[in-house]
Amino acid sequence: MRKTVIPFGPQHPVLPEPIHLKLTLVDERVVEAIPNLGYVHRGLERLADVRDFHQMIQVVERVCGICSMIHAHCYCMGIEELMAVEVPPRAQFLRVIWSEVHRIQSHLLWLGLFADSFGFESLFMQFWRIREKIMDISESTTGNRVIVSVNVIGGVRRDLSAEQTRWLLTELDWVEEQIQRLQTTMMEDYTVKKRTVGKGVLTAQQAYELGAVGPVARGSGLSQDTRQTSYAAYGELYFEPVVETEGDCYARSKVRFREALASVDLIRRALDKLPAGEVRAKVKSLKPPKGETVMRVEQPRGELLYYFKGSGEKNLDRLRIRTPTFANIPPLLAMLPGVYLSDVPVVTLSIDPCISCTER
Amino acid sequence: MFKMTHNILRNLVVRKSTRRYPFEVREAFDKVRGELVNDIVRCIFCGSCEVRCPSQCIQVDRKAAVWNYDPFACVFCGVCVDICPAKSLSQKTQYLRSVDKRILISMQGELKKKSREKDKEAEKDKPAPVEPEGPAATG
Repeated sequence: MRKTVIPFGPQHPVLPEPIHLKLTLVDERVVEAIPNLGYVHRGLERLADVRDFHQMIQVVERVCGICSMIHAHCYCMGIEELMAVEVPPRAQFLRVIWSEVHRIQSHLLWLGLFADSFGFESLFMQFWRIREKIMDISESTTGNRVIVSVNVIGGVRRDLSAEQTRWLLTELDWVEEQIQRLQTTMMEDYTVKKRTVGKGVLTAQQAYELGAVGPVARGSGLSQDTRQTSYAAYGELYFEPVVETEGDCYARSKVRFREALASVDLIRRALDKLPAGEVRAKVKSLKPPKGETVMRVEQPRGELLYYFKGSGEKNLDRLRIRTPTFANIPPLLAMLPGVYLSDVPVVTLSIDPCISCTER
Repeated sequence: MFKMTHNILRNLVVRKSTRRYPFEVREAFDKVRGELVNDIVRCIFCGSCEVRCPSQCIQVDRKAAVWNYDPFACVFCGVCVDICPAKSLSQKTQYLRSVDKRILISMQGELKKKSREKDKEAEKDKPAPVEPEGPAATG
């Protein structure tokens, strides 16, 4: 049978981000997929030479708009470790709350886009309607909708008042109720299942060998979540990872759906346990970061890794970022062979590709 | 699709989620970081905002007392507002309106004299004390 090579992306109606795959097809089925990275490379890591380590917070937030809070959280944790700064417990809890707010909005955004990828436009609208409420929460508590800019070295810049906490709890009730209302559609609908069940299967063995992270790994039955390492305040919140075992697109969407609900619970628990006190430690008299360290946090898409190297000057010597989508590209290439061309958008979106993260 | 019907029917009776935007504008939240404004009368032209700005959209001329700001390079992070020692910078709750021309804001202020300089000037204004002429008078 003759082989056909079809470029998928970087511009494609279903793709929110410019991922580029060269698909080799035999008949209608994919036999091989070759990724092509570097389309939106911006050189943000190199900016560490130009901007000082305080200004880099705003730069790393722009690595990924959807999870800007978590990038800044990871960066600040790394610099705090190098400078030996003790972050106040209230700031740790607030960071967790905003990280989880970002996780919910990212998962809702993805669930909407995923519904759109198999042509379910009205479900897409429903998810994005709920997401709008999360954006409001983000805007009213941090000051901005997407790039929240609340992290500083030594804590956070904003505090939650008692009134805001009460408002947040009522809004979360609404969000939870609305998400649950869509559960039967997303999880039990015949058309949704027809497009997702059994598509792009990744076994637990493959996921482990190829180094899958985040919901891709958890959808294949690997109970692996960086939040289990109890960074920030996660140790006090009795966190349990969400795991599904089927390993197909349906399992991955189920993991994200359940995680969005789990995040609502986590925020409630964090608000309940929120300790009183300062939100920002004083770092003005401390020396700039010196030494090397690695920091890992859980992004909505999986494990995010930062490497820092500082020599006691205001600019870092090296900042290296490994984002979860980069780790999830080899699993994607293992999922694609065997699927129909019409299912490629669904399978590709099931890893939640964030190319602006990956190429930085 | 049939599982969605319940939601669709429900949407017919609940309130709309969207607004007729230009006619109906939602009130901004209290702590929103919007447009940056400088109360130039209070500005001391120290240049802290210029140093800390991550997008380098602020230039301060300390000698001429000029504060330049490029609102389209600004990322509205609010770092300058936090560190401003004279509290002359603040942010509105409204975002910047879209425009068809690039704007550069340049504000001319008055240089505030430091207290030490003021003392020196005060000393200069005083009549110089008459020193007794020593050797010349005698010699």
